[in-house]
Amino acid sequence: MLDKNGIAKRIAREVRDGYYVNLGIGIPTLVANYIPEGMNVVLQSENGLLGIGPFPFEGDENPDLINAGKQTITTTPGSSFFDSAMSFGMIRAGKVDLTILGAMEVSENGDIANWKIPGKMVKGMGGAMDLVASAKNIVVAMQHVNKAGESKLLPQCSLPLTGVGCVKKIVTELAVLDVLPEGGFKLLERAPGVSVETIQQATAGKLLIEGDIPEMNLD
Amino acid sequence: MNKVVASAQEAIADIHDGAVLMLGGFGLCGIPEHCIAALVEKGVKNLTCISNNAGVDDFGIGLMLQKRQVKKMISSYVGENAEFERQLLSGELEVELIPQGTLATRCMAAGYGMPAIFTPAGVGTEVAEGKETRIFNGKEYLLEYAFDADFAIVKAWKGDTMGNLIFKETARNFNPMMAMAGKITIAEVEELVPAGTLDPDHIHTPGIYVHRIFQGNHFEKRIEQRTLRQRP
Repeated sequence: MLDKNGIAKRIAREVRDGYYVNLGIGIPTLVANYIPEGMNVVLQSENGLLGIGPFPFEGDENPDLINAGKQTITTTPGSSFFDSAMSFGMIRAGKVDLTILGAMEVSENGDIANWKIPGKMVKGMGGAMDLVASAKNIVVAMQHVNKAGESKLLPQCSLPLTGVGCVKKIVTELAVLDVLPEGGFKLLERAPGVSVETIQQATAGKLLIEGDIPEMNLD
Repeated sequence: MNKVVASAQEAIADIHDGAVLMLGGFGLCGIPEHCIAALVEKGVKNLTCISNNAGVDDFGIGLMLQKRQVKKMISSYVGENAEFERQLLSGELEVELIPQGTLATRCMAAGYGMPAIFTPAGVGTEVAEGKETRIFNGKEYLLEYAFDADFAIVKAWKGDTMGNLIFKETARNFNPMMAMAGKITIAEVEELVPAGTLDPDHIHTPGIYVHRIFQGNHFEKRIEQRTLRQRP
């Protein structure tokens, strides 16, 4: 079973040289720590920056320079600033190669819910609805089950949707799964030490298992 | 062409009860903190505020929420504000949550003189309920209308006496398109300089969009999530 950093490390393997990548809040933010040395990747922050750098050292923090999670950040060489309309313009126009975000639920046809629990939690969708409506390549980073032990990979989402039929891949503490265009979660990899049976028990939606499922390679 | 006013109080003097305001900023970054303080001091009520976020409990628009000055918020993300969430769940505050890109683009449309835009954000979700849709190249889009705001209140890094504005780093965010979208646009700046001082090639918002400008005397610029890395 993976911890949050393990999930981030596995997702970093989806990143390719030359990609522009948008990282959501939470586990996705950690992915930046595992992008291999020497790989040229530009991180987009939807509040108006291409080229997110590491967090600043104490004393270097700048209130005018934050990421979409409102955390203080730095920039990388070659970075650029722009306004929010242009930021979502580049997202809508499909310029961002990979979007990694968290989710409360994903359905077997690729629907995602991550912005609202009616009557309990109403934080808002932020940029997530824009991202999932336009991104070509959406990877979800999340826990396989919720705090109550219920599967978050479902036949249908029970929470209000963020987007429809958009999630391509899911990485959890247990597994890597593709969401098939015809519907269903296809099991690709198991987390170290996790059995196929454990993944089956934790997946409420249709799970497709073909042949031997390899363990993730995280080296 | 001199747009300069003496203070935040003078800049917002004619903002009336029930006005529709746009307020620039993302989180607490690039917010018009002097005008917000002046609005709190003035005590104007029943406001509709279009702003990406609603501040935190004791800063930004959160200060206006504490004094129950806001009737309705139009925002994309309100997660950092307990008072906001309380007023929302109790029904005291009307809230319209909309996708962030839709928010930005509805401001942009107003500033560009376009009545509406089409966006895929929210298709198939509750955001789409009751909205006109149209298919382009096989993909469904929502019709979203340009905002109609009485006042836009923005914060810039530098400005000149003609209202030309330059923003800094990610404090730019919603400020340029909100500046373009208000019937009356008020800009507070860190440094106000004589017209002709700024390089015309560096202007982000041309002064034609700005009606009133003043220099704030001290910006607190509170940091919401101070996140650091260890020195090696």
